[in-house]
Amino acid sequence: MSRLEQQLAAGQFVVTAEIAPPKGIDTAQALEKARLMANLSAVNVTDNQGANMRMSPLAMAALLVRQGIEPILQLTCRDRNRMALQSDLLGAAALGLENLLLLSGDHARFGDHPKARSVFDLDSIQLMQTVRGLTEGTDMTGKILHGAPRFFAGAAVTPEAEPFELMFQKFAKKVQAGTRFFQTQAVYDVEKLERFMGEANRLGTPVLLGVLLLKSARMAEFLNRNIPGVRVPQALIDRLASAPVPLEEGILIAREMVGHARRLCQGAHLMTLGHEERIADILG
Amino acid sequence: MIISEQKSREELQELLEGKDRLFVIGCAVCATVCKSGGEEEVFRMQEWLATLGKETTGSVIIDEACHIMRAGRDLRQLKQQVEEADALLVMACGAGIQSISSNTDKRVIGALNTLFLGNIRRFGQYEEKCSLCGDCILNETAGICPVTNCAKGLLNGPCGGMEEGKCEADREIDCAWHLIYERLKKQNRKGVFARTVPPKNWGKVPKPGRHKIKP
Ligand code: SF4
Ligand code: SF4
Repeated sequence: MSRLEQQLAAGQFVVTAEIAPPKGIDTAQALEKARLMANLSAVNVTDNQGANMRMSPLAMAALLVRQGIEPILQLTCRDRNRMALQSDLLGAAALGLENLLLLSGDHARFGDHPKARSVFDLDSIQLMQTVRGLTEGTDMTGKILHGAPRFFAGAAVTPEAEPFELMFQKFAKKVQAGTRFFQTQAVYDVEKLERFMGEANRLGTPVLLGVLLLKSARMAEFLNRNIPGVRVPQALIDRLASAPVPLEEGILIAREMVGHARRLCQGAHLMTLGHEERIADILG
Repeated sequence: MIISEQKSREELQELLEGKDRLFVIGCAVCATVCKSGGEEEVFRMQEWLATLGKETTGSVIIDEACHIMRAGRDLRQLKQQVEEADALLVMACGAGIQSISSNTDKRVIGALNTLFLGNIRRFGQYEEKCSLCGDCILNETAGICPVTNCAKGLLNGPCGGMEEGKCEADREIDCAWHLIYERLKKQNRKGVFARTVPPKNWGKVPKPGRHKIKP
């Protein structure tokens, strides 16, 4: 059983963070970042995030295992068909990876390979069902596996997406498909978080609140313009704008959000964008 | 209808290098409506060829260039003009071009790029609504195809990129799943949201597609 699974099962408040594999084969920087996160519950390894080509997260996550750091392998449906996904999943299990985060994947159009053909042979819910099948010992066609993998598979959710009911329908389908935990898109509106968690807690699957470190008012405005489902309220933008050192204010805001997570959710997922050394301050 | 557009004149000019005598073929159906290979465009093409100092040995607008037998018949009827040409310049969709190339050993030059199966919004404005998957889900999705209209072809609801009902891949375009949700709500039914849709059977339409009407 992975540490993440154990801690969630024990009702502990879990904290995760994330690293991206390098573009190239020099893993020193990524490993150094991961080491700063070694005492968190687990570290996400992103999968060609933003549709930008990087080293395989499967390889990077396996390197983390070697270092004694527990990874969460992110896997998107954008770049692999159902055969590649299943064979990567079996490979992941053989390399000692248990935690997964299954995603649809950002559209290739805005990445660094906009001419690529996107796959999307499965969607994230179908991939979740596939993972469940593998752990039960069969592939998607029902063929018996020689040695079934063990996984602890999570999914993503955007709590502030509107219409709420449409977003929540998919959330519920993901729960039904066997999702064991959720990591959310960044949330800054506490009322909306309360509304979402009020509904989500009824389904009983642990939710890790996405906490994205705001470095400046400009960054907050950029997020509002460009990142779907992320809304930084004006009050927070004003706080960042008038702070003598905006980053410190951002860390304060992140710490407040972690506080709300402790009250409402089962964990927090930190996105610190180059300020990994401040994780301890954010956790307070 | 099959939506097509003409290749750029620069690309065509390169393709036509060394070919001085051309037989030009258009299509009376889709390429006519798209204004990419109808009578008028075939005429313009001949004018342009003349400015390059090339001769048109003849031309024909085939009534459905995708009809393999009919294309063959038309070519036979104009045998002499076809024979005189160095190459056949075809202003029809990719299917039409291949009707021609399967009826002659002569060099066939396609003048169009073929884009998609399209609906007509208004004249000159086309939209893809169906991508011919062979396993139609429209009855559950309130008549809106997610396979085609969702940029990721998702089958179980919207991705995290939906924002105010718009799609992450193109903010000008509605998120298909938002449209499906709204229309199902109006119809007061759960439709596709009532179940988890299994992975699509892409084997339903083998490549290349073949179909024979059973007697
Ligand atoms: S589901 Fe979509 S792509 Fe498939 S046949 Fe129906 S309309 Fe066409
Ligand atoms: S935003 Fe909607 S239409 Fe666009 S990819 Fe996501 S689910 Fe599909």
